[in-house]
Amino acid sequence: MKRRLLREVISVSNEVVSVLKRDYIYNLMLKGKRIDGRSFDQVRDIDVQTNVIDKAEGSAWVRLGDTEVLVGIKLQVGTPFPDSPGEGVIITSMELNPIASPDFEAGPPRENAIEMARVTDRGIRESGAIDLSKLCITEGEEVWMIFIDVHVLNNSGNIQDASSLGTIAALLTTTIPAERAGKGDDMAMPVTDIPLSVTVVDIGGSLMVDPGLDEETVCDTKITIVSNQDGSISGMQKSGDGALTEEQLLKAVEMSCAKATELREAYLADISN
Amino acid sequence: MNDKPEKFIDENGLRLDGRQINEIRPMTIKIGVLSRADGSCYLEWGNNKVLVAVYGPRELHPRRLQKSDSALIRYRYNMAAFSVEERVRPGPSRRSIEISKVSREAFEPVVMTQLYPGAVIDVFAEVLQADAGTRTAAINAASIALADAGIPMKGLVAACAVGKVDDKLVLDLNKPEDNYGQADLPIAMTQDGDITLVQMDGDLSQEEFKQAVEMCKEGCRQILEIQKEALKNKFADDTAVNIPDDIDEVTYVEAIVEFDIEEDEYPEEDDISGESEDEDEDTGSLDEEGEPEDIEEEFIDIVEEAADEEEITEGSDIREQ
Repeated sequence: MKRRLLREVISVSNEVVSVLKRDYIYNLMLKGKRIDGRSFDQVRDIDVQTNVIDKAEGSAWVRLGDTEVLVGIKLQVGTPFPDSPGEGVIITSMELNPIASPDFEAGPPRENAIEMARVTDRGIRESGAIDLSKLCITEGEEVWMIFIDVHVLNNSGNIQDASSLGTIAALLTTTIPAERAGKGDDMAMPVTDIPLSVTVVDIGGSLMVDPGLDEETVCDTKITIVSNQDGSISGMQKSGDGALTEEQLLKAVEMSCAKATELREAYLADISN
Repeated sequence: MNDKPEKFIDENGLRLDGRQINEIRPMTIKIGVLSRADGSCYLEWGNNKVLVAVYGPRELHPRRLQKSDSALIRYRYNMAAFSVEERVRPGPSRRSIEISKVSREAFEPVVMTQLYPGAVIDVFAEVLQADAGTRTAAINAASIALADAGIPMKGLVAACAVGKVDDKLVLDLNKPEDNYGQADLPIAMTQDGDITLVQMDGDLSQEEFKQAVEMCKEGCRQILEIQKEALKNKFADDTAVNIPDDIDEVTYVEAIVEFDIEEDEYPEEDDISGESEDEDEDTGSLDEEGEPEDIEEEFIDIVEEAADEEEITEGSDIREQ
């Protein structure tokens, strides 16, 4: 039974823990180990549930270890951008809900949420995974707008990969509600590729995929690589205060692409609407 | 899109979704679903899906918001962008701010905030899928999440709504009834039947209102049973295992009760508080020595429960031997 005592209210400063943890994680790394017993190129257990929200046109609930994100896709008819009158529009937002972590606060998205939403968005957009020309209803006037909303429910590290996986899984199950909007027959979302991000962190010179919360907190550098079915790379983002050597960067890309192929086959091959 | 049904109740007295007029939608509750939160609950009620996390009691920043004599409760009701037919813009709306306020006030009377001066208890309610009655669903889930977080409460809070369709009162509105009905009356109640949230819109006569409250009471009672059942399923085993040998639960509860009384008497002596009506009421009932009796009753319940449990464990021991 969880009874909370008064003295527990006085919180321990996060930074003190971080220093201790950093040392611990670093020492483990020297022995070739990770804090949760995984190998350096091993991702946590993954569970993908699709079509969990009936009101959304597509949805996916992803569990990556203890990290949980819920991605919902909504479609609305809107006007295209003037520079691409014949193409649909993708709008990706991420909410780092206060529900997900004691460190998240309510309010408009901060830089972290915006960065992750944009990396997720670029992965989908730049890979050409969605055939945007098929989302045009009347050129220059009406197109489908895809709203990708990533709802982070529990932050236990590496929200980025969970949301990338959730986004493409949700898109694969999306039906365009044309009948409801009076724009012809319903059709499946024209998904032509399966971009997937895999994040690698550098801890004391060693590279590890899919950082858990502690690893993500103590790491110097984090690099997210989005790769496609044919192994090509369509997006990349380095974040964190540290730097990577050229050698490390190339190794990270190699690790990430190999992992993405593995995950794609294991969790996305069977998903369709 | 206008899909108002012609009749809400058919000739057999059944509603559009096949329920009786005084029947609530099926409810499922999962407890402790989020690892980062101190307490959490996932609740499905009909087609509603809500997820509530409780963080705290924890230190409140900025410090100027801290209350020196009690904890602050913050309640955030938020709808996921994809939770309804038309996408909602992320972030607070006037509607969600109002719901957050009244929902918080539904918990103020039961949460024993005086035990945690200077702290904050955060309740975050996320509506993942909405289908009429999300505020009541969120309150039902929040009640469980607070219990899961181990926050002392005088009891659970249960909530449900009564509405009027085809000039008849119906319990726990579904979507069409909510959209096109003649009235909507959500009510939240404590275990003792005190009403901690009431809102209404629409049109009800006084007689109807009386009946509606009765119906709500019955609905809340049913929900309370579901909540209790869920908590028992989750914690029955934990309780048996985790109580240390040298402290039995009875003495532990006693200590908390005494602490509670001392705390409450303090503002009475000073008589400067003027904080809120709730507190005044509390001290009032203490004056008349009414509360200790209740506590004693509760106490006996707990003793009996503990005894029951002991019997069970003893029984199993014997079998093992």
